[in-house]
Amino acid sequence: MDILTWTYILVGLSFTVYIGIAIWTRAGSTKEFYVAGGGVSPLANGMATAADWMSAASFISMAGLISFAGYDGSVYLMGWTGGYVLLALLLAPYLRKFGKFTVPDFVGDRYYSNKARVVAVICALFISFTYVAGQMRGVGIVFSRYLEVPIEYGVLIGMAIVFFYAVLGGMKGITYTQVAQFCVLIFAYMVPAIFISMQLTGNPIPQLGLGGELADGTPLLEKLDGVLTELGFAAYTAGRKGMGDMFMITLALMVGTAGLPHVIVRFFTVPKVKDARLSAGYALVFIAILYTTAPAVAAFGIFNTIQSTSEKNISELPVWVQNWQKTNLIQIEDKNGDGKVQYLASPETNELSIDKDIMVLASPEIAELPNWVVGLVAAGAMAAALSTAAGLLLVISTSVSRDLVKNFNPGISEKKELLIARIAAAGAVVLAGYFGVNPPGFVAEVVAFAFGLAAASFFPVIILGIFSTKINKEGAITGMIAGLVFTIGYILYFKFLHPELNSSVHWWWGISPEGIGSIGMLINFAGCFLVSLFTPAPPQQVQDLIQEIRIPKGAGKAQEH
Amino acid sequence: MNDNQARMSAYWKKNLKTLVLLLLVWFLVSFGCGILFVDFLNNFKVGGYPLGFWFAQQGSIYAFILLIFIYVIRMNNLDREFGVNED
Repeated sequence: MDILTWTYILVGLSFTVYIGIAIWTRAGSTKEFYVAGGGVSPLANGMATAADWMSAASFISMAGLISFAGYDGSVYLMGWTGGYVLLALLLAPYLRKFGKFTVPDFVGDRYYSNKARVVAVICALFISFTYVAGQMRGVGIVFSRYLEVPIEYGVLIGMAIVFFYAVLGGMKGITYTQVAQFCVLIFAYMVPAIFISMQLTGNPIPQLGLGGELADGTPLLEKLDGVLTELGFAAYTAGRKGMGDMFMITLALMVGTAGLPHVIVRFFTVPKVKDARLSAGYALVFIAILYTTAPAVAAFGIFNTIQSTSEKNISELPVWVQNWQKTNLIQIEDKNGDGKVQYLASPETNELSIDKDIMVLASPEIAELPNWVVGLVAAGAMAAALSTAAGLLLVISTSVSRDLVKNFNPGISEKKELLIARIAAAGAVVLAGYFGVNPPGFVAEVVAFAFGLAAASFFPVIILGIFSTKINKEGAITGMIAGLVFTIGYILYFKFLHPELNSSVHWWWGISPEGIGSIGMLINFAGCFLVSLFTPAPPQQVQDLIQEIRIPKGAGKAQEH
Repeated sequence: MNDNQARMSAYWKKNLKTLVLLLLVWFLVSFGCGILFVDFLNNFKVGGYPLGFWFAQQGSIYAFILLIFIYVIRMNNLDREFGVNED
């Protein structure tokens, strides 16, 4: 069978499974809709968290980013995993003990203020919308590349699927679909990686293959460093960014990860405090399978690409290069007319341009794997995009139905609240789809936004809310707003108002807009402490709340609110 | 301060001590070995990996997993010791 038939079969099959699970697990109460009834096992929640977390960008683009960035790509690897240590140790168990449904719930209750709650809702909505637009676009791109349909149709089909299981199933439906999606995506990622590792280094484990030796006995990384420097690029294992910037970007990504509402809310779904801790551990294990494989895929990919193109006759390039030239993801221009490809660092003489997504998308073909593996990678990419989109849509719908409508109309019935949650989810799907079809030109830039904002807004006030009894509502509101305004201002200035100044010469303290969330976070912390010093301490009932969430015993009772 | 309050504040202090120790390791393996001392560590090799590069792209992630599981075990013991466990 050809690639297209296999892709239709495997993608169709995976969608049938997701819809089946959604019907089987649909939500009947607000508690099931918001937190899956609070009865998800730590292992299942770990898998669901991993699928929720790993987006289209992690699956399709991250390896390629590392291919071209080499050592500098480590910021993503450490940043997007190290945040789970912060989550497990500083946030998840206490928020589970707190026992309500959303991050704004916590901010509003702990800081005894609806103003703080509203600021938190705005942050949650903004972060989730910027993120979900990228996911819908990802679904469309995967559809158009593999199923040969226009991007718009791809987005529409993706919307229909997410609509079905997020609106119907709520958190309960999403959780169990995400478990299935994790299995699909991790299998799809590992199969080509294992085969390529075997072909290049003879070792089937990609994590060891990356440190392994080529057939001629030289270590792969040493050879890659040599090949790249010869072509005028920096060595693969050497850094190009400044050390300070590396540090700040990694910190912003870690702290941002721990502050993302769609990740935090997953820890509200397990029964006990100790399950929340364990579940964060499982989640990181499942995430690490992909995140420790990605750097191997990255190095194998760039090595294979150079070996099969550099100084080769244009008429004799491998079939996969020719195939992907049709999609314009690989472009070759014979500038010096010698009939060969020159891949060089200097833009004047370089004749080969490669899109970063190639490293994962073309991996089955590079490894000469059968056609069904290509279909599998398509299904995996789709699973990654859909699972993240669903998690984000749920945060959006919960923010509207619970944090806004229910909070300001406490009298509404559960049935009505559930209906509003479903309508909000439906509205969010349509809006996300609109952005998927008409992406704002800055989708790539807004990712920095989402992490920077999460780092500068939620992380400090949640941490201080748990670990300090002194921080009051005035401090928290000042901190959040100061952190946000600074971070938004800095990113807007360098990304949108003066992109021509966006270089290390002009950055403050040499910190790029990607890393500025770290400073925003410090400003937020400082604001919280300073203002709380000069304003009245939190009232007694808040002091009691803090003491209560610090102790695991009694989480079952709190859950029945 | 009554007896129960004293016990809870002792529990909280032990919790904080655990956190500080684990986060110190968290900082060392990632920001330390992966970024600040990466050039020095790259002078050493594990298999075909320069050591600093290995920490940045592999080792730190394995260490993160270990840290969370050590935390889980340590806190479960602490919860039982102070009788604040949930079962």
